[in-house]
Amino acid sequence: MTLPLIIYRSLRQHALSTLITAGSIALACGLLMCVWTVKTQAQAAFTQTTGGFDAVLGARGSKLQLVLNAIFNLEASPGNLAWSDYEAIRRHPAVKAAIPIAVGDNLRGYRLVGTVPGLLTDVEYAPGKKHVIAPGGRVFQAGQHEAVAGSFAAAKLGLKVGDTFHPFHGLAFDEKNQHAETYTVVGVLEPSNTPADRVVWIPLEGVQTMSGHDPRAATDISAVLIQLRAPTAGFMLDMMYNKQGNRLTLAYPVGTIIAELFGKIAWFDQVLTLVAYLVALVAAGSVLASIYNSMSARRRDLAILRALGARRRTIFGAVVCEAAAIGALGALAGYAVYFVLLAGVATVIRAQTGVVIEVWRWQPILAWSPLALVGLCALGGVVPALKAYRTPVAETLAPLA
Amino acid sequence: MLTVSHLTKSFPTPEGTRVEIVHVADFTLAAGEQLALRGESGSGKTTFLNLIAGILAADGGRIEIGGTVLTALSEAQRDRLRAEKLGYIFQTFNLLQGYTVLENVLLGMSFGPRGADRAHAREVLGRVGLGHRLDHFPRQLSTGQQQRVAVARALANRPRLVLADEPTGNLDRRNAREALQLIREVCRESGAALLLVSHDEEVLAQFERRQDFKDINAAARTAQIP
Repeated sequence: MTLPLIIYRSLRQHALSTLITAGSIALACGLLMCVWTVKTQAQAAFTQTTGGFDAVLGARGSKLQLVLNAIFNLEASPGNLAWSDYEAIRRHPAVKAAIPIAVGDNLRGYRLVGTVPGLLTDVEYAPGKKHVIAPGGRVFQAGQHEAVAGSFAAAKLGLKVGDTFHPFHGLAFDEKNQHAETYTVVGVLEPSNTPADRVVWIPLEGVQTMSGHDPRAATDISAVLIQLRAPTAGFMLDMMYNKQGNRLTLAYPVGTIIAELFGKIAWFDQVLTLVAYLVALVAAGSVLASIYNSMSARRRDLAILRALGARRRTIFGAVVCEAAAIGALGALAGYAVYFVLLAGVATVIRAQTGVVIEVWRWQPILAWSPLALVGLCALGGVVPALKAYRTPVAETLAPLA
Repeated sequence: MLTVSHLTKSFPTPEGTRVEIVHVADFTLAAGEQLALRGESGSGKTTFLNLIAGILAADGGRIEIGGTVLTALSEAQRDRLRAEKLGYIFQTFNLLQGYTVLENVLLGMSFGPRGADRAHAREVLGRVGLGHRLDHFPRQLSTGQQQRVAVARALANRPRLVLADEPTGNLDRRNAREALQLIREVCRESGAALLLVSHDEEVLAQFERRQDFKDINAAARTAQIP
């Protein structure tokens, strides 16, 4: 009862500084957990998001750009491929499936991707998982002005089966660039938590022959999504397209290329982590300063406690525990900061990439970060605790005694 | 109960020398006895009480309380002895301002052997007439009531020896009389010995046994506390 009472009363007596200090710790703790979670979850989500494909074939250029464009529906296409290139890879004995896609239009900022119906009906975007059309809808028919909206795009655009729309030219929305064609929504995808959710899918021919597009490119495609019969075939194709050829680029394996992206931006992640660590250190320092500065005011209380029989180590322990308690309060509030921050970041990532960050998913950081901060705060409490430990009882009580 | 022999305590001066404040050759207090020590300000009587309480370490000599030689104990052992066997009433009460009346008493008990006994704390506070002020903070009490809390806190641990340093020095005449009466009564009821120091003749007159501090403290006859 003694120690908790001493800590509780001390925190109450210095409520303002307690709140401010705990607030700074909450911010540090929340920030640290958020940075860590976004880093680990985003990296895992991006590297595991392959759409069910092993490789992407596209125009000569950056593999990363190719993957971002074809798998994540981000970035512009590095260029076009001739239909014959598609036919060649489709017929390659090492290729199990080849799905052509064409991009270049949007619907109010949401990308229109032209493809074959098989992408939505046959391909497993993850083991055992195929895209599902919501009840009342169906997949588009090749060659028709029909569209299937991804769940996120449909929600944001307010699309439902039976709605019609005019596509807009380009990947960025500009209402002056409206195409004349009218498309009818014939289906909406159930959420798959993949980049497919934020795309409006139309037949391949739709993008290829859209009014205003170059008629000479009417059979061109943007990329080919490839499933291989065996992983080793990827290296053979890599040799064929990337090393021996100089006209096309094969991005393989998809996950590794995204991992390379994270490798390239690792410095940014390290800076963020460093900032979070620094904030944590500053927070622990603020605990030290806060308690240390209040020591003059509490010297008398400590001397009284000593006069009542409290041992030096009890006083030392009380101050350290008080620092830890401030840390614990901050860490608890840190969870709120974490969930709010992460929910915001997850919303942005979902909107921008379609990749889902699971806010409620357990991460080891959720345990060790608060514990480490409490420990750090307790450590910060050692200096004022030493001051308290050395409080001379008779001298401190003497002026008024 | 209390035996002091050849007890000395000195403090350093700004000039670099040391001045002896306490030099008590022989002093005893029997169990349950009540004694008033008369002493002027600066005579070293507070230092004497602090030495007996174990708050200050003696330079030399011997203090024995209830069979335990205090001067042979380590600081932690002195702390324990103080919590177990002593009650200390200060002139300025030294209540913890951020704690309620009940918590002040409970804290006083919690370092002792029996721990914080809420029922006993309530009983003691009831005995000093503060049963209805348990959840008040010291600042919400009158000066006389604050001293009653201090008395309750000092006695809640059932001490064998109560030290009172000018316990009525901050009280008006009426409150001083009442406080003194209360201290003496509760000490008598619990069988605790009482050693009170004061320079107030009216207070001293209440005691059957009185002694001039300078008669027992050789240092008081030659020096003043700096």
